[in-house]
Amino acid sequence: MTSLTTIIRRSRLRDQMFIIVGVLATLLGMITLLALLLDLSRDGFGRLHWGFLTSFPSRHPEKAGILSAWVGTLCVMVVTASTAVPLGVAAGIYLEEYARRSWFTEIIEINIANLAGVPSIIYGLMALGLFVYQFNLGHSIQTAGLTLAILILPIIIVATREALRAIPQEIREAAYAQGATRWQTVWFHLLPYSMGGIATGVIIALSRAIGETAPLITIGALTYIAFLPPSPVHPESPYNSMSWLRSEFTVLPIQMFNWVSRPQKEFHLNAAATGLVLLVVTLSLNAVAIVLRYRIRRRIKW
Amino acid sequence: MNSHLNQPNALSPVEPLTLPRVSSTVSAEAPPSANPPKAEVRALNFFYGPKQVLKNINVTFFQHRVTALIGPSGCGKTTLLRCFNRMHDLYPGNRYEGQIMLHPDGVNIIHPQTDPVEMRMRIGMVFQKPNPYPKSIFENVAFGLRLRGVRGSELQGRVEQALRNAALWDETADRQRDLAFSLSGGQQQRLCIARALATDPEMILFDEPTSALDPVATAKIEDLIAELKHRVTILIVTHNMQQAARVSDFTGFMFLGDLVEFDQTQRLFTNPSQKLTNDYITGRFG
Repeated sequence: MTSLTTIIRRSRLRDQMFIIVGVLATLLGMITLLALLLDLSRDGFGRLHWGFLTSFPSRHPEKAGILSAWVGTLCVMVVTASTAVPLGVAAGIYLEEYARRSWFTEIIEINIANLAGVPSIIYGLMALGLFVYQFNLGHSIQTAGLTLAILILPIIIVATREALRAIPQEIREAAYAQGATRWQTVWFHLLPYSMGGIATGVIIALSRAIGETAPLITIGALTYIAFLPPSPVHPESPYNSMSWLRSEFTVLPIQMFNWVSRPQKEFHLNAAATGLVLLVVTLSLNAVAIVLRYRIRRRIKW
Repeated sequence: MNSHLNQPNALSPVEPLTLPRVSSTVSAEAPPSANPPKAEVRALNFFYGPKQVLKNINVTFFQHRVTALIGPSGCGKTTLLRCFNRMHDLYPGNRYEGQIMLHPDGVNIIHPQTDPVEMRMRIGMVFQKPNPYPKSIFENVAFGLRLRGVRGSELQGRVEQALRNAALWDETADRQRDLAFSLSGGQQQRLCIARALATDPEMILFDEPTSALDPVATAKIEDLIAELKHRVTILIVTHNMQQAARVSDFTGFMFLGDLVEFDQTQRLFTNPSQKLTNDYITGRFG
């Protein structure tokens, strides 16, 4: 017969053991990220200087830079954001505020959740068939932007719906009771009040898109590129041009992949520096999302 | 009648509590039914899906009078109220039968061809919980006016007028840009009343407007309602029989989807014709 104190001591021991396991589990992710950052910094920090950002890639590792890669990433992101945000937000609003519950909307809902889990390379395959071969959009910035837009569409739809769902029904009733139509209720009330949540979702989605490599390789992004897309603004009439959309391109993660696959050690340092840039960009995007969410949450309390 | 009822803008911040105040409105004025009818409910049935919630309601509400709807929870009083501005249309599976004629033009509010947006523009509503928009005080009142195309200096003037009519101007004149959430609960509810008043509705529906408020704030709202009936027809759902007695000219007692009794408030509370009404107002159930 074990005494009561022994039983309690054993239970306490298990308690203590779980605390250790839990702390380890929590730290594991943190430590890995930290180690990654440190490792990348040690290798890549030396290469990070102004010239690295303003030079094209080169045969000579010490002269090579990521100019074409970050400009390409920026251009692709502009296309992605300007297509995915309106489409995703519109779809989210429709599903949440307009669509009546039916088996049809149920199926759509399940499929949107599924879409978010489709491996990104599948999107690349689809884009190759649809945008490149069917629509003849080329191995271009517009193809890449549209591909990533479709990839992140489900994230934006889900974020929009959740942000809308957080608005209490009384607010909708107040607006409708004043004679607002559905669209007036959405435009003057629901959208402004859910902007924080939607913006957070958009930023998270973009920071996912910015690191995508596989689908862009699939649609035929270049790995070595020593020119920039044509400028969108010109000194003479017509002052702007959208021809940059049809330009070939590369992006940061592809540039990084390209350098990693070289045998020379110096190129690996360039890859580390590129990785550092990419990491800083995504982490700052996430930081903006957190600040945004915090500030909006403080202003609007339901 | 309490003398301060006639001075809506001279509310002292801490009002003497005079609860319970029994209304003497009915006897003090001409018979309330002398006013023309504002809305006539005829053979109204209402269904949430297969469940019938209102059963053959027939009643007339008179212009510039306060009509209270009382009854235990689930009796259908809020459901009846929300028929008037077609709020049930927002949710699937609801069905109306019968007529609610809105005078003077005699339009049937619940007819499928009647535009609910038009009805909501003509009939305002104040909800159970204060539900201001998370915007400035000014914008809360301005929204309904903007929907009707009011702009510029006219907008300014009408927002101010609505806040004055809701006895909120003195407290908010210098904080028009502040968030509505910075107001107290009672002030927020008066803001919601100002929001409803701003567009000069013909009728205002109050759905238990004081159930989330303390007695002082409640008294202010009740005074406001007594003041407002000179310009607008009022329908108020209340859980509180003393409140019905204090603010209303007519009272309808509802039970399980039936309108059991409808009469001048004083008569209904002093000499009800139905045993059920008598049991309810004497607190035997509910």
